[in-house]
Amino acid sequence: MKHKAFLLLASALLISVTGCANVKPWQRETLADYTMRADRDPLGVAQAEHIWFSREEASGGRGVGGGGCGCN
Amino acid sequence: MNTSLLKKFAVATLLAGTFFTAQAALKVGDTLPDLASFKLVGKLPDSLKGKIVIVDFWASWCLPCAKSFPVLDELQKKYGDRVVVLAVNVDEKAANMDKFLAKHPVSLTVVRDAEQKLVAVAEPATMPTSFILDGEGKVRFLHNGFHGEDTRKEYITEIDSLLK
Repeated sequence: MKHKAFLLLASALLISVTGCANVKPWQRETLADYTMRADRDPLGVAQAEHIWFSREEASGGRGVGGGGCGCN
Repeated sequence: MNTSLLKKFAVATLLAGTFFTAQAALKVGDTLPDLASFKLVGKLPDSLKGKIVIVDFWASWCLPCAKSFPVLDELQKKYGDRVVVLAVNVDEKAANMDKFLAKHPVSLTVVRDAEQKLVAVAEPATMPTSFILDGEGKVRFLHNGFHGEDTRKEYITEIDSLLK
C-alpha cells in the first residue's frame, strides 16, 4: 500500500514539475511574430557575428568566412 | 527501492505521460460536432445540411493561410451554393483577423473561434488545416497545410467527387 502511494505521489510530482510545454499549431502566434525571427535584422546579425568570431577566434563555425582575426 | 518497484514506477509514469499527451484529433470518417455549441464569433450559415463544407482553420500570422485564401475564395465562387467554405479564424486578437481580412478581402464565411474551443476539438496538425465534409457533416478529406496549385487541384478533384 505504501509503495502504491509512493508511486502515485512520485508520478504526480514528476508530471507537475516537468518544464515542457506542448505548443499547439494554433497557439504559435507569438512564436510566429516577426520579432522572433533570428534574421529580422541582417545588419545586427552581421555585427554580432563579427564580435563573436573576433572574440572566440572561431570564425566559420556558423558559416562565416575569415581567419578569426576580426579584421574582415 | 527494489527493481520491481522501479519497473512499476516507470510503467506508471509512462502511462500517465501517455494519458496527458493523448490527442483526440478530428479525422477522416469523423462527424464534425454541432458548430452552434462553440460560441463562434460571426454568423454561421443557416443550414449546412446537404452541402459540402470546407472548414478551414487559419490565422493571420500564418503565411500559407494568406496564400490559401484566394484559392478558397475561387472555390466558393466556382461552386456557389453547393459548397460552403467556412474559414475559422483562431487568432487571439480580433484586431489581427480584421487587419488580415482588410488586406485579403474574400467572399467566404469567416467566423472566429475566439475561445479556441472548436480548434481544440478538431486539433489541426498544421496551420492552415482544412476539413472537407460531405452533406452529412462527415469528414471526407483532410488537408494539412497549403501547397499551392497541388492543393488547389486536390480540392477541386475532391469536391467534384463529392458532388457526383
